Amino acid sequence: MPDANIYLALAAVFGLFMAWGIGANDVANAMATSVGTRALTIRQAILVAAIFEFTGAVLAGGEVTSTIRKGMVDAALFTDQPQLLVFGMLAALLAAGTWLLVASRKGWPVSTTHSIVGAIIGFAVAGLGVDAVKWAKVGSIVLSWVVSPITAGIIAWLIFSSIQWLILSRSRPITYARRYAPLYIFLTVFLITLVTLFKGLKHVGLHVATSHAYLIAALVGVVVALTGGWFISRIKIDEQAEREFHFDTVERIFGVLMVVTACSMAFAHGSNDVANAIGPVAAIISVANSGTVGLQSAIPIWVLFLGGAGIVFGLATYGRKVIATVGSDITHLTPSRGFSAGVAAALTIVIASGTGLPISTTHTLVGAVLGVGLARGISALNLDVVGRIFASWIITIPAGAVLSIIFYFSLKFLLG
Amino acid sequence: MGNYLANIFAASPVRPIQEHMEQCYRASDELVDFFRHTIAGDWDAARVSRQRIVDLEHAADGLKKQLRGQIPKRLFMPVPREDLLDLIWVQDQIPNRARDISGLVIGREITLPEVIQDSFLAFVARNADAAKMARKTINELDELYETGFQGAEVQLVETLINELDQIEDDTDDMQASIRKQLFDIEQQLPPIEVMFLYRIIELTGDIGDMAERVGRRLELMLAR
Repeated sequence: MPDANIYLALAAVFGLFMAWGIGANDVANAMATSVGTRALTIRQAILVAAIFEFTGAVLAGGEVTSTIRKGMVDAALFTDQPQLLVFGMLAALLAAGTWLLVASRKGWPVSTTHSIVGAIIGFAVAGLGVDAVKWAKVGSIVLSWVVSPITAGIIAWLIFSSIQWLILSRSRPITYARRYAPLYIFLTVFLITLVTLFKGLKHVGLHVATSHAYLIAALVGVVVALTGGWFISRIKIDEQAEREFHFDTVERIFGVLMVVTACSMAFAHGSNDVANAIGPVAAIISVANSGTVGLQSAIPIWVLFLGGAGIVFGLATYGRKVIATVGSDITHLTPSRGFSAGVAAALTIVIASGTGLPISTTHTLVGAVLGVGLARGISALNLDVVGRIFASWIITIPAGAVLSIIFYFSLKFLLG
Repeated sequence: MGNYLANIFAASPVRPIQEHMEQCYRASDELVDFFRHTIAGDWDAARVSRQRIVDLEHAADGLKKQLRGQIPKRLFMPVPREDLLDLIWVQDQIPNRARDISGLVIGREITLPEVIQDSFLAFVARNADAAKMARKTINELDELYETGFQGAEVQLVETLINELDQIEDDTDDMQASIRKQLFDIEQQLPPIEVMFLYRIIELTGDIGDMAERVGRRLELMLAR
């Protein structure tokens, strides 16, 4: 394909730009709960994010990458003019990245996922017409934006209610916290590992038998739970803080669980959002290398690394500041609440990633927080802000689409 | 997009409510000292004490206003907004009464008749006890939020409310017996002064009533 190297270079640059934006903003919100509850310092949060975003992207991000790459647009229509797909994907990356940048500056709550989906729809409609978009797939993605916060909310409600029932409402909550906390760690790790084994790993070329998957997940869960249990056993009761209930100590036990939550959130985020950024890059590479619109080509592993590196770079340069701000503002979330919300969100996201649905991490987390609120777990939630977040979902898609159409025609004019 | 996740968390009203109750209790406690000074005839000390009560009442008022601004309509809370506003209103009546009583006594330079002095001091102190007990129950509010208003913590708060009720019963009994004592000697006192003495007894009893109503409000929150 002529000019293939130019396209590849542009794809790498735009992909990095997009990944940088995700790292700088989205990750900050995902990690903020653990920083806010003082389970992790900012430095530790960045380290955890770097490691687990990476593994999440590589191990569990494949399906979403495919959806973004070829699930939403009828690639067969590009067979005659493959460079149009390249222009489109470049425009989509640039549009989503730009929209993220503008929104970050203005302080609007937007979603990376929604931007990129809007942008891809935008160029497909502009370049090939309304029929080029697989509306059924887009419909299921849009539906998942409603379903995922609700699912996360229900899971968070269930988790927090169980914590209330098993631990907080007891007369000696600390005894029960010590007893049940490792169980919660086990369940979290077990479920996330299981989903990853079932849905994610086939992408890296690993196939695990069902029985083996359960065994491995259980093993990983037990190991992490035992480690967590050891840390919990080292927590001393602060006799002076409260004589009757020791909620301070109970919350410090949940602080250990928050570390598990932080890792799960970073992993879940990596599996879904890194894939958003590299999906278009992967599409461009496959077209540029082969010169045709291949439907089945594998995603080169270095692309995933590119996405991961971009995210870590964004975190290091700008995300640090955002985590600090969000983390210090989010202190109303105690570890028991943060754990419930974080685990519910992480589970929902990993499941969605496994089925190839690009969903929004932060919106899922907002749904989970509302779920904890419904269990009478949070002292006050501002419904105005929640309403504004909901409104922003709707605005982001046309914004991404319009920007992408503009970039698409500019690129076509300049390069075509 | 920064901190919109953080923005959905509104500031918790628990700490300010507890802080407000603290001021209310201190005003009722200061009233005991105030009466001690007037009975000793030390009006300078009584004026200083009265000023402290007024300052505490102002502080409580400031906190009340801040609290009302802090819980706007579009807030999603585990407890209905109206219940919280009611609770603050009831708490706020305690320093208001302390201010009114001390104001009346200072303004008219009322000295309590010797016969009722001891029992009245005990009566004021018992009302302050009721306010102290109300403060203790309100101090459990953060634990109630922590447990989501259920379980063993609720039982603890219910026992506290029962104790509060008993203290309030005491103040009612004391109020009745002081009225009786005053009734027995009222013919020997200037009629206008007797009028105001009855008024002071009534207002002082209100402190215990209000403290009990703080408990009632809390009980309503638990009942939901």
